[in-house]
Amino acid sequence: MRYEAPGSLDAATRLLADAEGAARVLAGGTDLLIQMRGDIVEPELLVDIKNIDEMREIAEEQGRFRIGAAVTGMEIMEHEAFNAAWPGIVDGAKLIGSIQIRGRATLGGNLCNASPAADSVPALIAAGAVASVIGPDGRRSAPVEEIATGPGQTSLKTGEIVVSFDLPERPPRSGDAYLRFTPRTEMDIAVVGVGVNLTLDGSGVCSAARVSLGAVAERPLSVEEAAAALVGTRVDDDALAKLSKAASEACRPIDDKRGTKEFRIEVAGVLAERAARIALERAEQR
Amino acid sequence: MATMLKYEDKDLKVVGTRPIRPDGVDKVTGRARYGADINLPGQLYGRVVRSPHAHARVLAIRTDKAEALKGVKAVVTRDDFPEMPVEFAAAGELIVNFRDVTRNMMAREKVLYDGHPVAAVAATSDAVARRAARLIEVDYEVLPHVIDPVQAMAEDAPLLHEEQITEGVDPAPEKPSNLAKVFNFAKGDVEKGFAEADLVIEREFNTKPVHQGYIEPQASLASYTEDGQVEVYTATQGHFVIRAQCAKLLQMDISKIRVIPTELGGGFGGKNNVYLEPLAIVLSRKSNRPVKMTMSREDVFRSTGPTSGAHTRIKIGCRKDGRITAAEAQLDFQAGAFAGSSVPMASMCTFTRYDLENVKVTGNDITVNRPKVAAYRAPGAPISIFGVESILDEMAIELGIDPIELRMRNAAKEGTQTYYGPTFGPIGYEDTLKKALEHPHLKEPLGPDQGRGIATGFWFNIGKETTTTLNVNEDGTVTVILGTIDVAGGSRAAMAMMVAEELGIDVDRVRPQIGDTQALGFNFVTAGSRGTFASGMAVTVAARKAIDTMRERAARTWDVPVDGVVWEDGHARPASSNVGEFEPLSIAEIARKSGMTGGPIAGHAEITAEGAGPGFGTHIVDVEVDRKTGLVKILRYTVIQDTGKAIHPAYVEGQFQGGAVQGIGWALNEEYIYDENGTLQNPGFLDYRVPVASDVPFIGTEIVEVPNPNHPYGVRGIGEVPIIPPIAAISNAIHDAIGIRLREQPMSPPKVLKAIREAGNGAAE
Ligand SMILES: Cc1cc2nc3c(=O)[nH]c(=O)nc-3n(C[C@H](O)[C@H](O)[C@H](O)COP(=O)(O)OP(=O)(O)OC[C@H]3O[C@@H](n4cnc5c(N)ncnc54)[C@H](O)[C@@H]3O)c2cc1C
Repeated sequence: MRYEAPGSLDAATRLLADAEGAARVLAGGTDLLIQMRGDIVEPELLVDIKNIDEMREIAEEQGRFRIGAAVTGMEIMEHEAFNAAWPGIVDGAKLIGSIQIRGRATLGGNLCNASPAADSVPALIAAGAVASVIGPDGRRSAPVEEIATGPGQTSLKTGEIVVSFDLPERPPRSGDAYLRFTPRTEMDIAVVGVGVNLTLDGSGVCSAARVSLGAVAERPLSVEEAAAALVGTRVDDDALAKLSKAASEACRPIDDKRGTKEFRIEVAGVLAERAARIALERAEQR
Repeated sequence: MATMLKYEDKDLKVVGTRPIRPDGVDKVTGRARYGADINLPGQLYGRVVRSPHAHARVLAIRTDKAEALKGVKAVVTRDDFPEMPVEFAAAGELIVNFRDVTRNMMAREKVLYDGHPVAAVAATSDAVARRAARLIEVDYEVLPHVIDPVQAMAEDAPLLHEEQITEGVDPAPEKPSNLAKVFNFAKGDVEKGFAEADLVIEREFNTKPVHQGYIEPQASLASYTEDGQVEVYTATQGHFVIRAQCAKLLQMDISKIRVIPTELGGGFGGKNNVYLEPLAIVLSRKSNRPVKMTMSREDVFRSTGPTSGAHTRIKIGCRKDGRITAAEAQLDFQAGAFAGSSVPMASMCTFTRYDLENVKVTGNDITVNRPKVAAYRAPGAPISIFGVESILDEMAIELGIDPIELRMRNAAKEGTQTYYGPTFGPIGYEDTLKKALEHPHLKEPLGPDQGRGIATGFWFNIGKETTTTLNVNEDGTVTVILGTIDVAGGSRAAMAMMVAEELGIDVDRVRPQIGDTQALGFNFVTAGSRGTFASGMAVTVAARKAIDTMRERAARTWDVPVDGVVWEDGHARPASSNVGEFEPLSIAEIARKSGMTGGPIAGHAEITAEGAGPGFGTHIVDVEVDRKTGLVKILRYTVIQDTGKAIHPAYVEGQFQGGAVQGIGWALNEEYIYDENGTLQNPGFLDYRVPVASDVPFIGTEIVEVPNPNHPYGVRGIGEVPIIPPIAAISNAIHDAIGIRLREQPMSPPKVLKAIREAGNGAAE
C-alpha cells in the first residue's frame, strides 16, 4: 500500500487519476481506517488531503462562509463567528463521536463516507450548502444533497475530491438546528436525524425554510414538503404539526438492528418539530 | 478442614481508610500490561476460523491451501485435540463438562452457533494469518437452528445434541431434546399457600442474552518448549483453573503448564473459561514458536459467553396485610450451545430475601444455537428476580402498601431458612430496607413523566481454595503473593490493607502481587464475590503466622518463652514486666537480624475459606420517560447494600456503582440481535449498547455494615449483588412514571414507544 500526502489539489487529483489499483482519499480516517481494519476496503493508494491548505480553512467573505472539506469537527466547534451564524451545523459536528474522534473527523469525510446517518449532513443540506468538487475534468459545484446516493455510494466520479462547502448569505432572523435520536447520549449512531433551517420576516412570519432528514432513507434527504409546512406561518403549533406529519411521510426507512421502520417514521416527526422549535428560538434571537 | 476465622470487633487503623491502589499508577500511565501487551521474541500470530452458520454438520475441513501459504507455520482443527469424556468441574460459578469444553473451543461433529471455532492458524504476521484463515475451506451441511428457549423446547424444534436426554425428570424421557436438565427447589405446600392468599398475581417475563462487556478482549500467548513444558500468558479471572482445563484438554501434567496472569481489563464472570489458550498451546507445539492470539471485539461477541436470555413465569400470593403466602416460579434459561446455564443459581435466588413458607421453583436449562453462556456477575439472579420484584410492586400498589414496607413485612432475617437449604446467620437485608426508607432520595420531588422504582437483591457469595505467601523482606517491608486475581476491583489494595492492619505497619510498606501458577498452590477463580472474603482470610492467616515467627525470634533474642512476647503496633514487646525489661523490637529490626535468628521470615496460607456471608441490597431509581420517543432517562440512582465490612470504602462504592451501571445497560438497551439465519447482527459496541458515562447520573451509595461473623474483618462478598436489582427497579420506575408495566428487557426506546402506543389504544392495563 502506498501513502501520499500532496500539498496541492492538482497533485492530489493527479495521484487519484493515475492510480492503478483501488485508491482512496484519506481525511481524518475515522471511517476509512476502521473499514480497512475490518477488511471492507483494501486500498493500494491512500491520498491524504490534510496538507492542502484550501481544504483546511474556514473563510468568511461578505457574510458567506466557505468551509474546507478537511476541516475537523473541533475546528468548527471552536470557530465563534461560524457558531453564531450556523449553530445547527455545529450541532451536527458536535455530535460526531467523542472529542478524540472530532479532533480528526472532517465534514468532507462525513459526507463522502455516505452513511445515511451521517450527523453533519442534514444540517448542511438544510443550510443549502453547495459542495465544490474538483476532479480530472476540473471544478464543478453540486448541492450537498446530491453527493451521497446510497449507503457508501456517492455521485463523485473516479478521482473527484470534495474541496469545500459554500454556504449562502445569512439573512437576519435566521436560525438552524440539528437533532438526532440515539438510545445513548453519545458514541452512538443516529436512528433518525433532522436538520431545520428557517428565516423569519420582520413580522415573525417564516419567509424561507429547509428541512433535511437523516437515517430514514438510503441517503440524507431534503424534504420540501416539510419545509413548505413552515413557510408563510408563524411556526405555531399548527404549522409544527404539519411539519411533523410531512417529515414522517417523507421517510422510507428499513427495519434493522438500529430501529424499526415504524419507530423511525414516528420519531422523525417528533424530532422535526423539536428541531424547528430550536431553530425558531435561535432565529428570534438574531 | 475448612478455615474460618471469627470476626473480632476492634479498633482499626488501616481497614476502612481510602489509600491509593497499588495498581493505580501503572493503569493511569499506561504501563500496566494487559493480555495483548505481552510479546515474546519470534512469536507468531494466531487467527481463528469461525463458523458462519448457526447450526451445521462439519463434513470436511481442508487446510492444504492455507498451509501452503508463505509464512504459515501451523494449522489446527478438531483432529489436533483429543476426544473428552463427560466429566464435570467447577470453573467459577458455573460447572463445565469437558466433553463440551473441548467442542466449544474447537467444533467437532457440528458447529452450534455463529462464531463457533472450526480451525486456527499461526503465521509470521497477523496479515498472513488473516489471509491463511480465509484459505481454509470447510464443507458444511447447514441444519435448521433455534435460538429462542421456548421454541427450543417445542416437540419439533431443531435438536442440537442428538444424545441429550433431559436430566432431573423421573422417569427419564425416551427421546432426546434441547431441555438438558430440570432443577427443582421446593419448601412447604404452594397449593395451600395460594389458597390462603387474598391476592394472587401471575405474570410472564422475557429477557435477552447480554454480554459481560469487559473492555479487554481475550488475549493469550503460549510458548511450548521442546521438552514439553509450556508458558501461557493470559487475561483471566483464574489462572489455576485455566491451567487445570488446559491440562485436561491437552492431556498434559499440571506441573508442565505455567499460567502467568496478566493485568485484567474486566471479566465479570466471562474470563473463567478457556477459549484461546489451548489453541495457542497446540499451535505453539506444532510450530515450535511462541503463538500470540487476540480476539477482536467481534470475536468476543460471537464466541464468548453472554449470560442467558430467558423466559420466566412467576406467581405470588399474599394476604391483605402484604404477607406472602406462596411463591412459584418457572425459569426457562438458554444455556447456549452446551448445557450448563446459571439457572440453578437463578432458581435459588428467585425469592431468597423473603421469609417464605411455601415455595416452588423449577429451572429449565435449555440448549440453543448461540454461544455457550458464561457466568455474568450474580449469574442469573437479575433475570429471575426481575419478575418477582415487578409483581411485588404491583402488589404494593394494589394493597396500598409502600413497596419498601411490603418487603419489610416479608424480609428474611437471622434464622430464616432458605428454600434451598441453609438457614441465615446475621444478615443485613432489613437494614438496607430501613436505610432506604430514611434516605433523602425518597423525598426528591418528581415531575411529570418521572417515576421512582425500588427493587432488592440477594447473592450467596463463596469462599473456596485460597493460597498466599507473605514474605517479610530484609528491611521490614512486606511482599504478599496472592493466588486470587484482582479483577480490577482493587482487591490488591484490600489485601495490603488487611496485612498492614494485622502487622501494625503502614499500608505503603506492603506490596501485593499476583503470583503465577508455579508460585503458589491451587487458588480458585475470582468469582462468587470471593476475592476480598477468601483472600482476606488467607492473608490474615499468613500475617498471623509471620507474626508468630517474629514473636519467636524476639523470644529467642531476649531468651524468654514465646508466650512472654506479644505483637503490638508493628513491634514485638514483652507481654508484661514479669517477662523482663526489653526495648520493643520493630518488624524492621527483627527482619534485619532474621538471618541470625533462624532464617528469612514468611507466612503462608493454603486454606479452603468457608463461611462466606450472604449479601443483600436495595436500589432506588428515578426515571423520566419521553412519551414521544420512548427514551428512558435515569435521573437519580441510589444503591444501598450490606457489605459486612468495607475494607476500602471507595472501592466498595465503585463496585456498587459499576454493578448498577451494568444493570442499567441491561435494563435499557443491551441485547443480542440475530437475523433469521441465526447470525449475530450487532457484534460491536456501536450497536450493542452498553451505557456511556453521560448516560448515567452519579450513582449514590450507602454502605451498610452487618459484620460476617466468619471473617476476621467481617467481610461479605459485595461485587455481584449490585447488578441484581436494576432491571426490576427501572421497570417499576417506568410504571410509576407513565403507568405502563414493561415485562420485557431491554426497555429500549422502540419497545417503550410501542408499549405507550398500545396503552393509548386501550391495550394496556
Ligand atoms: C468512535 C466513532 C464514533 C463516531 N461517531 C459518529 C457520529 O456520532 N456521527 C457520525 O456521523 N459519524 C460518526 N463516526 C464516523 C466518522 O467519524 C465520521 O463519518 C467522520 O466525519 C468521517 O470523517 P473522516 O475525516 O475521518 O473521514 P475518512 O475516514 O478519512 O474518510 C471517509 C470516506 O470519505 C472519503 N473522503 C474523505 N474526505 C473526502 C473528500 N474531501 N473528498 C472525497 N472523498 C473523501 C474517504 O475516501 C473515505 O471513503 C464515528 C466514528 C468513530 C470511529
